[in-house]
Amino acid sequence: MSVWPNARAVPPEAPIPVFVDAPIRESVIQARGLGLTFATDGHRTVALTDVDLSIRKGEFVSLIGPSGCGKTTLLRLIADLQQASTGTLLVNGTTPAEARRQRAYGYVFQAPALYPWRSLERNVMLPLEVMGLPLAERKRRAARVLDLVGLADFRKRFPWQLSGGMQQRASIARALSFEPNLLLMDEPFGALDEITRDGLTLHLHQLWRRTGLTAVFVTHSVLEAVFLSTRIVVMSSRPGRVVAVIDSDLPAERDLDVRETSRFLAVAHAVRAALREGHGDA
Amino acid sequence: MRDRLSRALPLLCVLAILIAVWFAGSVAMNWDQAQDLADEDATWSDIAQATLALDRPLLPTPDQVASEMIRSMFGYPPTSPRSLVFHAGVTAWAAIVGFGIALLAGMALAIGIVHVRTLDRALMPWLIASQAVPVLAIAPMVVVVLGNVGLTGVLPKALIAGWLSFFPVTTGLVKGLRSSDPMQRDLMRTYSATEAQVFAKLRWPAAMSFLFPSMKVAAPLALVGAIVAELPTGAQAGLGARLLTGSYYGQTPQIWAALFMAAFLAMLAVALVDLTQALAAYTRGGRL
Repeated sequence: MSVWPNARAVPPEAPIPVFVDAPIRESVIQARGLGLTFATDGHRTVALTDVDLSIRKGEFVSLIGPSGCGKTTLLRLIADLQQASTGTLLVNGTTPAEARRQRAYGYVFQAPALYPWRSLERNVMLPLEVMGLPLAERKRRAARVLDLVGLADFRKRFPWQLSGGMQQRASIARALSFEPNLLLMDEPFGALDEITRDGLTLHLHQLWRRTGLTAVFVTHSVLEAVFLSTRIVVMSSRPGRVVAVIDSDLPAERDLDVRETSRFLAVAHAVRAALREGHGDA
Repeated sequence: MRDRLSRALPLLCVLAILIAVWFAGSVAMNWDQAQDLADEDATWSDIAQATLALDRPLLPTPDQVASEMIRSMFGYPPTSPRSLVFHAGVTAWAAIVGFGIALLAGMALAIGIVHVRTLDRALMPWLIASQAVPVLAIAPMVVVVLGNVGLTGVLPKALIAGWLSFFPVTTGLVKGLRSSDPMQRDLMRTYSATEAQVFAKLRWPAAMSFLFPSMKVAAPLALVGAIVAELPTGAQAGLGARLLTGSYYGQTPQIWAALFMAAFLAMLAVALVDLTQALAAYTRGGRL
């Protein structure tokens, strides 16, 4: 029995992407003419302009683009960490602020942002404490999500006792602990070495397939974006805007070797072309 | 064992040098008095020996102070007003109450300053000004004034101790409560946490590593405040009173014994803060 209307209790071993054959694909995120302009020292900076984007339930959408293209800003608007100055934005059919109050999304930051005075288990239980769940339920859920990210044996450890990759996995577990239906990730693997990144990318893909979450993933990496996404939103800078939306239709059952296939390379090529085009415009 | 010895050795050397210098100082400073008291035919070495055993020396020797401490600590029951333990207890109690006041006031002020923007600008200059008031100089007067308005007993002393020691607590906590990084605060926002929850689960735990160093500064200050508050005439108990009566009656060993007791209490206070910190660190995986 789940406390949140949008949460689906999917046992960790369930292989079902619930959304795939769902007859109605409802929109989880809907942006129309979204823009953000802010003034600093009398200068008007356009961080984001005229973004139209619709993300359906169960999709994995990557936002990719050069630094300063507003991809993180767009993610923060969805999370209601910042507010748009123009346009409309609906999250779960309601305003971002209301969606945040309903705890509709889990957010993974660029850094793990674990609280160093809490053990891994207690870090994962933090959102559950804020929501006022009883201790037994907190423990049960923490154990479940830590198992999901392969950190069950480390629950009593403290963040500084773990590698960067493990810390980031813990922060993903924390974001999943309250069973949101939307996972927002802001370059979560940006600070990690390539081998760790590859492992985590594969892990995240499997996690997404098992849970049927809707995911929005900000990244610099074309390979990461193509591997993980059902759709890739290519953005360009000054002002930040969407230049292309590219579908990716890799086989659902995939491992890292899929990156050598011609289908993968074709999508990656399209993304790179769009990135170049966006850069040329600027 | 060797390791311990090699660490203790420098410390013991310094101690030996200090004691030697002290003895030399006693001889030099007590010379005139010893000469006056000595017989006509006393030799230099007679006088030198006499300087180390005067009743009211200008500078008592280490062994005189030590025997005074032992006598006054163990020679009387700890409840007797002649016992140094009794006086130390009186001062320690005032310092503890004062330190408690400092902690409560320091925390209240810090929480207000961190959460209310107006308080930040309105309060901070006054707090800084409060520390420029030479409380040490006017403490006796403050005690007398407070006594006149009916505040007697431990409270006036504790207020002075608190006045002297709240500032490090406030500044340390203000810094600490603001020390969490923006990402950690954004995280709380994604959970729609209330201000109280952000405080309890993020700001306060993050402030701990700032609070303990502040407390280590504040605890000896509270002790100084308590002692100074005991100096005005009328104070009949406490290390401050002990210093005062000692100087009235030329009982220099008594003064020095009280000073050493004060130093010991300060070390004890800091050790207690360290212990509390170690206990707090234990609940956070050993790091604080």
